Parts: sequence; structure tokens; C-alpha cells
Amino acid sequence: MIEFKSVSKLYPDGTRAVDDFSVIIPSRKTTVFVGSSGCGKTTLLRMINRMVDPTSGTIEIDSRDIAQTEPVRLRRSIGYVMQNSGLLPHRKVIDNVATVLLLTKVPKAEAYERALTLLDTVGLDRVLANRYPGELSGGQQQRVGVARGLAADPNILLMDEPFGAVDPIVRTELQAETMRLQRELDKTIVFVTHDIDEAFLLGDQVIILEKGARIAQKGTPEEILARPASDFVASFIGAERGKRRLTVSSGVQANGDDLVLVDAGGYAAGVIAAPDGKLATGNASPKSRSVSNKTSQAGDA
Amino acid sequence: MQWVWDNFFFGNPSIWQLVLDHLSLSVPPIIIGFLVSIPLGFWASRNRVARSVLLGIFSVLYTLPSPVLFVLVPVAFGLAILDSKNVVVALTVYAVAIMIRSSTDAFLSVSSDVRESARAVGFSAVQRFFGVELPLAGPVLLAGVRVVSVSTVSLATVGAFIGIPSLGNLFQDGFKSSLYIEIWTGIVLVLIIAAIFDLILSGLGRLLLPWNRRTTRRGASRLVAKEAVWTS
Repeated sequence: MIEFKSVSKLYPDGTRAVDDFSVIIPSRKTTVFVGSSGCGKTTLLRMINRMVDPTSGTIEIDSRDIAQTEPVRLRRSIGYVMQNSGLLPHRKVIDNVATVLLLTKVPKAEAYERALTLLDTVGLDRVLANRYPGELSGGQQQRVGVARGLAADPNILLMDEPFGAVDPIVRTELQAETMRLQRELDKTIVFVTHDIDEAFLLGDQVIILEKGARIAQKGTPEEILARPASDFVASFIGAERGKRRLTVSSGVQANGDDLVLVDAGGYAAGVIAAPDGKLATGNASPKSRSVSNKTSQAGDA
Repeated sequence: MQWVWDNFFFGNPSIWQLVLDHLSLSVPPIIIGFLVSIPLGFWASRNRVARSVLLGIFSVLYTLPSPVLFVLVPVAFGLAILDSKNVVVALTVYAVAIMIRSSTDAFLSVSSDVRESARAVGFSAVQRFFGVELPLAGPVLLAGVRVVSVSTVSLATVGAFIGIPSLGNLFQDGFKSSLYIEIWTGIVLVLIIAAIFDLILSGLGRLLLPWNRRTTRRGASRLVAKEAVWTS
């Protein structure tokens, strides 16, 4: 569990990046910070591994103030995945994945063995181990980035817009992979994005942020969709644009008792199944969302 | 040509002796200049004030004509006027003056994404310098040291004019006795030394920076492939 307690960050030039922020990030769940650029979401993330130190307030991991832990040691114990992968271009893929292990003086053979296993975990072919990052596609690099983040088997994985720079198809694949990994590995993931769809897809808990990292709304995707706390949230999640406000189409007749839904713009958005004349109900639980489980590597090359 | 054979190993001094003298004047400044420029360039790349001060000072030093430097160095370092160390020190100053610009650019060329991510995964400051920033600055450092090497090898000839033997002796002597073959011998030997140094340096680069070659070659082969598509 990560707990922010009245955390503020004031920069010397007077900008208040984070203003009295308090939140609890539960263990073994995915929490997504989402907001427009400049809202302070990345600052919040980087406070967790002390890349940024708060001006006031404390951050606790499992009830221990992280200010008491030496930054370099803290960072080695927390996985970090960033946009553009941040891989070391002069080290081979295998060395990149093993980085943290080698830094913490794990014997080389053991570190490489573990790194190879991690390539399997993130769905990369082992033949890529001896390539340099520059010889990989964007999607593959990002997978290597995830493998590196997982190398030291950290409890916490910080992901800073990790899929921001890849094309939409690869992004969808990587999102599915992230969900699969989360189901398999059960990490506490803190994810930063400006994409609300990504936030709703991945987040068990979604925190929508306004300027100064003020919490506009916090909750499960379903709670936020059902009851946007403010006009800001409503517009941010697209409720206003009508993309998420669906009505039953009066014009089209579907199979049997099924109902066709249209969005506010009048475009068909989906179908509600109604077997035997009764509307079907489903449980909204992110962990059980159906995701394709394939680990295809061909797709992102 | 006969003159060259007659004087290569014999004579006072022999051409071979002058080659060795030339090497002993030019190799230390290249190595020392390279090593000195690294911490200075790193500092200059991290600190705006340091950058303008350092680059300013070395620009001024670079504009000093070498005779002036040859007179100033013994005074500043308490060396005898005819000590060959004077030339070594003066050439080192020039080497640093050229190299500091390259090394500053070299460290500035390291992407901040990579630096930040190294910090994020737990590199300490020292590990980051030796494990990330220095190797990634490598290609630009290499380009800089290749320029320094050529310029130092050619500048070392100036030593002859203050009585420190180098291949420059062949110029001086050749002019004095109108023996053009002697001048030409000097020019060709300087060129050969500069070329050999350059080969050694680019070889070292290939050895120490394999990633640089592999990733750029891939880019190059892509370009070729593209062109092939266009022409077909």
C-alpha cells in the first residue's frame, strides 16, 4: 500500500505542481492517475521513487516513510517503465533487462538467466536478447522496458505513459499484455496517462486530476462513468461529447429482443443482448474483463 | 628519393629519429588533452556559467599564436626554454582548447530520457557517469579526438622552430638548403603519422562502441533498401 499524506510540491519559480494531495493506493491493484498535461500526474508518480522529493507532506510505502530510505536503494526496489522505453542504447537487450540485477550485484549468470525468463514473460523471443535497443521496433522496445521494470521482482511497478509513443494497434496489444501481466504477477501498479480510455481499461482505481494534482474524482471506472462528480469530470471522460451516453435505437430492429445502442451523435455503438426477452446483466470487475490472452510478437514488429 | 634512403636511419639526426621525436611530442598531448577535456566538458555540459567561462578561456588560449605560447609556458611552469616539455604543454593546451568543445557537445548529446531512466532504475551518480553518460558521449568524443589528433600531429612540427627536434626539422633544414625532397619527406611523414593515428582511433571506436556501428549500419542499410525500392 502506498499512501500520500498531504503532499505538496512547490517549485522555486512559484509553480505549485502538487497541492495538498492525499490518497491511498491499494496493494496488488492498478491505480491510474489520469489528467491533461501539466496536471502534476507525472510529478506524483516520480515522488513514489524519490525522483522528486515533496516540499511538504509524506509518502509511505507499507506504512514506512520513504524519505527514510536512500533514493538509489528505493529506486532499485521499485520497477519503473517510461515513455520511449528509456532503454540504454549502448547495452544489449539482455543487459538492459538485467540492469537492476547487475546494479544490485546479483551474479551475472543468474541475472542473465532471470532476464531471459523475463523476455518470455513479456512475450519477446529470446533471439532478441543479443540485439541493441535501436534494432528493435517501438513496441518491442516498450516490452523490454516492462521486462526491465520487472527484473528485480518489485512489489511496485510505476508506469509513466508507457504506451504514449507507440501506434494505436501496438498500444492496444501492450495494454492487453499489461492486464495479463497484472493478473499473473499481482503487482501494485501505478500508471500515468492522459488517455481516459486507457485509464478505464487498465485501472481498478482511477484518479482524475485537475491542475495542481487536485483530485477531481476517484473511484472505479464504473463509479466514475455512472456518476461524474463534476462538469470537469463529465467533459474529461467524454460524457458530454456523447460518446459514452448511449440510448436505445428506435430505428433499427436487431435479432430477437436484442437492443441496438446509439451514442448521442446517432452513431451505432453496440448491442445489448436480451436472451429470452430479458436484458442481460454483467458484473463490472476489471480483473475479470475479457482480454485476448495472446502473446503475439509478430504484431508489433 | 636517394636522399631519403641515405638519411632514414643514418645522419644526425636521422629521419627515423625525427619520427620518434615527433611521436613523443604529439602522443602525450592527444592523450592528456582527451583526458583533461572529459571532466571539463562534463562540467560545462551541466552548468551554463561553467560552460561560457571554460569555452571562453580556451577559445582565447587557442587564438594565441604558438610562438607566444612557447615563450609563456616555460615562464608559467618554470621549465627551461629548450625543454621539449614546453612543446608538449603548449600542444596539450591547444588539444584541450579543441577537445573541450567536442566533449561539452558529447555530454549534451546524451538524451535526457536515457539519463532520467537510468536515474529512475537506480544508477547512482557515479555509476551513471561511467555506465551511461561517458559511453553514450563516446561517438562525439571520438569525432573530437580525431580532429585533435590530426591537428596535434601537424602542430608538433612547430617545435623545430624553437629548437625542439621533430619532423619540422626537415622543413626548416629543407628551406635553408633548398632541398625540396627534404621538405616533401617531412610533409609525407606527417601525413602518414596523422593517417595512422586516425586509423588507430577509428579502430578503437569500433572496438569500444560496437552499438554505435550496429545501430547506424542498420539505419544506413534501411536507407539503401529505400533507394533500391525507388530505383527499381
